[in-house]
Amino acid sequence: MKIIVPIKQVPETSNVKMNPETGTMVREGVESIINPLDLYAIETAIKLKEKFGGKVTVISMGPEKALEAIKEAIAMGCDDGVLLSDRKFAGSDTWATSYVIANGIKGMGDFDLVICGERATDGDTAQVGPGIASFLDLPLSTFTSEILTLGDGRIRVKRLVEGGYEELEMTLPAALTVVKEISDPRLPTLRGKLKAKKMEIPVLGPQNIDVKEENLGLNGSPTRVVKIFTPKVTREGEKIFVKDEKTLNEAVDKIMDFLIKKEFI
Amino acid sequence: MGEVWTLAEYRHEKLSTVSFELLNRGKSLSQKLNVPLASVILGSNIKKEDVQELIERGADKVYVVDDKNFKNFLVEPYANVLMELLNEYKPDIFIAAATTTGRTLMPYVAVRIKTGLTADCTVLEIEEGTGNLLQTRPAIGGNILATIKTPNTRPQMATVRPHSMKPSLPDRNRKGEVIYKNYDESLFKAKSKYLRFIKDESQQVTVQDAKVIVAGGRGLGKEENFKIIGELAELLGGAVGASRDVVDRGWITYPHQIGLSGKTVSPALYIAAGISGAVQHIAGMQTSENIIAVNKDPDAQIFHLANLGIVGDLNEVLPLLIKRIKEYKAKEASKNVQ
Ligand SMILES: Cc1cc2nc3c(=O)[nH]c(=O)nc-3n(C[C@H](O)[C@H](O)[C@H](O)COP(=O)(O)OP(=O)(O)OC[C@H]3O[C@@H](n4cnc5c(N)ncnc54)[C@H](O)[C@@H]3O)c2cc1C
Ligand SMILES: Cc1cc2nc3c(=O)[nH]c(=O)nc-3n(C[C@H](O)[C@H](O)[C@H](O)COP(=O)(O)OP(=O)(O)OC[C@H]3O[C@@H](n4cnc5c(N)ncnc54)[C@H](O)[C@@H]3O)c2cc1C
Repeated sequence: MKIIVPIKQVPETSNVKMNPETGTMVREGVESIINPLDLYAIETAIKLKEKFGGKVTVISMGPEKALEAIKEAIAMGCDDGVLLSDRKFAGSDTWATSYVIANGIKGMGDFDLVICGERATDGDTAQVGPGIASFLDLPLSTFTSEILTLGDGRIRVKRLVEGGYEELEMTLPAALTVVKEISDPRLPTLRGKLKAKKMEIPVLGPQNIDVKEENLGLNGSPTRVVKIFTPKVTREGEKIFVKDEKTLNEAVDKIMDFLIKKEFI
Repeated sequence: MGEVWTLAEYRHEKLSTVSFELLNRGKSLSQKLNVPLASVILGSNIKKEDVQELIERGADKVYVVDDKNFKNFLVEPYANVLMELLNEYKPDIFIAAATTTGRTLMPYVAVRIKTGLTADCTVLEIEEGTGNLLQTRPAIGGNILATIKTPNTRPQMATVRPHSMKPSLPDRNRKGEVIYKNYDESLFKAKSKYLRFIKDESQQVTVQDAKVIVAGGRGLGKEENFKIIGELAELLGGAVGASRDVVDRGWITYPHQIGLSGKTVSPALYIAAGISGAVQHIAGMQTSENIIAVNKDPDAQIFHLANLGIVGDLNEVLPLLIKRIKEYKAKEASKNVQ
């Protein structure tokens, strides 16, 4: 079983600070982490390896700094990793990102599964997983919540959809994007950390993979960001304190007025 | 200039209402550009009334592909057929709902035809002068809004957040053109097979489709207390949401989780009870139109987002609220009888 997990390094968002003048994110002092939703993909891959044998390779496109993310994934139990990094990749939208990652994967030989996170917490599009699957012409299950069976060149999965779940069967190689329900990510181990520290991670640029220059980075991206701005920061409205029977009734009156005025009842 | 297209979603042999929300959006774009508005519908045993309804709700044209292979959604055949349609008719704009189907199909197609796709948009406008589509979407957990365009390739593709616009209303006299298309068997080949749908009874109203969401957090204290959340949700015709904390405790299942590692929602009303308002929770609900928070901690973060904040014990506030809504409804009902 050869499994490839594309992971993205993202800013730690638990304390996002926005610059109110420029409307951009303040990145100074913000730690970089593996996209939290990619941890479920990593865990899924490691579990499959433990059960069926094989190898898990992580792949990331990003700056040199993203080597940290790859090493952390290896410390969790992935076998090796590849970083796709070059100034020519900068400014990629999801089309160009999927293009480079898909071609990076093609260069790695045969594989059985590509497992992506549902979405990255910064760009937030959830388009790169399906994009990679499309470039590689793979069958795809998005929002995958469980792997039911794997064997005989097939995988059966359960995916979370509106109002319930769907079961799909796909031939291998196949692509998945996964949701939190699929696994409970483990922490990196000390042994894993030591292994990751010593490991040389190959850094590949456009010269190392089969890509066309005109498809890379900002030039290769069909979309353009016109502007970025901050939505109205707060709508802090009325606050009512319940202290006794009387204020309790007043509070509920307020909610009732609100519901009636806005026609929710 | 090409047409404006919307994807009509046909699931479990029913046309979903997001299809009409898209028509409402599409109409303002097609009128501005002075081009026809068309819906594409892919399905199996598509009912004539459903096609007619798309016309009544604003479509000038409907492209129908009715094939037994389209009984259930599978991305490969859907993408193959859509690409044929897009290559033949070359619309200028193509929008779909940001549902599990739209978010799977649209990126798969956009990659193949090399065009731009903007995710989960809440505002679509036409740029003066160029006629380009300006697509605005929340990113980084709703902390910023980005306006994006696709200047050089066509169609300009976008997924649109469900409920970010009202469905268009029907005009029973409206006329339109229906174009039936058939495609070669080879386009329906897939390396995937649909096995079955398993309905989740706890999702009578799903959080993605709900106009109202009543969400509970750790402040509920114990699993049983989720019952009052469910009761309130039902009274308001809404869905039950939850924080990750209570999902991890097993008080409720994962499909109900709202937030960074759960669902992103923007209902007309979000009631948060016993939820502190951690950034990862807020990331999934801060674009809700109205927010009511009930929390006993006056400094809880959730109050910064709330239009109405009740500082108090949810075990007192919610049961009384439920009682009062029931009384109100009974009174309204008896009024109507008279
Ligand atoms: C505010 C803002 C809005 C944007 N909106 C759009 C838009 O609407 N359309 C568009 O085309 N582009 C958009 N972009 C650009 C987009 O964010 C980048 O292309 C980004 O590199 C990938 O998209 P994402 O972060 O949304 O990832 P997602 O598509 O959400 O990521 C899904 C999964 O794909 C994998 N993955 C994603 N990126 C990488 C990577 N670099 N390396 C390895 N694996 C990866 C991971 O498994 C991840 O879990 C936007 C950027 C910004 C800053
Ligand atoms: C990578 C990552 C992803 C995450 N994803 C998500 C996600 O998708 N969704 C999510 O929700 N969280 C997510 N979290 C977790 C998040 O950080 C918080 O831990 C979680 O939201 C807290 O849930 P809570 O508000 O129910 O609990 P708490 O933070 O413990 O809040 C409970 C609240 O209830 C109030 N309360 C207590 N008793 C009463 C009472 N009787 N009446 C009224 N109020 C009362 C308290 O004052 C308190 O404010 C994520 C975290 C990480 C690190």
